[in-house]
This record gives sequence, C-alpha cells and structure tokens, in this order.
Amino acid sequence: MDSTTIIAMVSIITAGITTCLGVLGPALGEGRAVAAALTSLAQQPDASATITRTLFVGLAMIESTAIYSFVVSMILIFANPFWNHFIDLAAGK
Amino acid sequence: MHLSPDQIIFWQYGFLKLNATIVFTWLLMLVLVVGSRLVTRHLSTDLQRSRWQNCLEIVVLAILKQIEEVGLSNARQFVGFLGTLFLFIALANFCTIFPGYEPPTGSLSTTAALALCVFVAAPLAGIEYQGLRGYLKSYLEPTFIMLPFNIISEISRTLALAVRLFGNIMSGSMIVAILLTITPFLFPIVMSLLGLLTGMVQAYIFSILAAVYLAAAMQSNPHEPPKKMAS
Repeated sequence: MDSTTIIAMVSIITAGITTCLGVLGPALGEGRAVAAALTSLAQQPDASATITRTLFVGLAMIESTAIYSFVVSMILIFANPFWNHFIDLAAGK
Repeated sequence: MHLSPDQIIFWQYGFLKLNATIVFTWLLMLVLVVGSRLVTRHLSTDLQRSRWQNCLEIVVLAILKQIEEVGLSNARQFVGFLGTLFLFIALANFCTIFPGYEPPTGSLSTTAALALCVFVAAPLAGIEYQGLRGYLKSYLEPTFIMLPFNIISEISRTLALAVRLFGNIMSGSMIVAILLTITPFLFPIVMSLLGLLTGMVQAYIFSILAAVYLAAAMQSNPHEPPKKMAS
C-alpha cells in the first residue's frame, strides 16, 4: 500500500470512530438532562419557563461536543490536510 | 459538494473575492436595515398603529423579556446587540427556504466574527459595570491559581460559540445535499424542515449564551462586599 491509500484508510476509519464515540457520549448526556428536566417539570410545573430555557442552554452545551466530533470527521473526510498534501505531491505540483 | 459557502465565488478580481457568504450577508443586512427603517419611519404612540409596527414591537418586546429572564440587569442597554445577533442568525437560517440560498452562518468565518463580537462585548460590559480593577480581579477567582484556566475558558467558550453554530448549520445543509443524491424525493424536505427548527434553536441559543456571558462578566464578585463599600 502506498502512503495515499494508508492516509485515506486511516482518515475514514478515524472519522467513523470519531462520529461513533462522539455521538455516544452526548446522547447519554442529553438523555440524562432531558430526564432530569422532565422530572423537575412534573414536580414544579410553575417553573416551566426557567427549566425549559436552562434545559435548552444545557442541551446546546452538551450538543456542542457532538458537533466538535462531527466537524472533526468532516475535516478528516473532506478537507484532510495530509491527504491534500499527498494528492498535490501525486499531481506533481 | 462544498463544505462552506466560502467556496462559491461570484466575482473575483485579483485577491479580492466576492463569495456567497459575503453576498448573502450583505443581502440579509440590507433586508434587516431597510425593513426596520421602513417600519420605524412612521412610529405612532396612539392606538392607531400599523401592523408592521405591532409586529416589530412584539419581536422587540419578546427579545427584551428573554434577556431580562436570563438575569441581565438592564436589558434595554443590550437589546440592540443581543437582538441584532438573534435576528441576523434567525433570518440567515430561516432564508434557507429560498432555493439557491446558502446560509452565511454555515461558514466558519461568519460565525467566528459573531463570536468575536461576544468575545469583545463581554469584557467591555464587565469593565463598565465593575471597573477595570474589579473586572480583572474576577479572573483571579477563586484563587490566583485559576488565572490561566479562566483565560482558557474565555477563549474556549468563544471557540465553542463559533463552532457550534457553524457545525449545526453546515451539517444541516450537508445532510440535505447528501440525501438529495440518495433519496431525492421526499426525505430531503423533512430534513430541511428539521434544519429550519435547529436553525431557530441555534439562533436562540447563540443569543442566550451571549446574554449569559455578558451577565457573568457584569456580575460583581459574590464573595466580596460591593465595590463602594470595599473601597
């Protein structure tokens, strides 16, 4: 295997692992957060506005880790610097 | 397929490029500025008022109420900044219903610029309310060992603000683009509806987080007595 193939393979596999693990954690975290918010909504329906707003902000915070993994895997697949370097070398630029 | 609207170039002269991000940002700015100018041209305080004025009042008052609920003490001072952030991002994400439109928030340069505005605005608000000394002192909380971590958190939350918005919008348009090649009939519509929803939620979250950061910067030190008594 030449280096281009190895880089492509490693990039794709790493992108898959990144998305896999990066989705797993935030999903569990968001599940816990929503469950806790629902419990407190059931206990205190009067505070629904505050709870919902805090829930949204918290969900955005948790979700941003998933977004990081997404961005990283997108970079690995579509804008990989090492890959681009070797493609340029192969093209003889 | 392109990752960001930066790669669509309408016009180029030397190193000056006019890409889709800039063009659509200008269009949105034009819509917002001209629209609000048209609505606020004939403002009236009596009961006879135009529908557009009513509409704009509802929007402004809703934004004001949301900012007040976050805990920002004088919301009227910040409604210009935070409301503009919200309206711009919401409009930018909403206009994806028009074909041929690329949301400028799907480009990291736009979101980084918006996050930089928050990054500059938070210390300014903090200095205005606590004084330079008081604000700089808040970096030494709870002990001076935390100084580098406080600085890191300041930078990383700006980065998070930018990457979160960028990632959400970029993933939305990219998922639609991928689905169009796989199932080109019905499924992309559903996903773009979902993209509209996430766009609105992200606009809300961006401005709420900016408000929270401003409130955190303005808040005086809870462990010490207020500034007047201390000095």
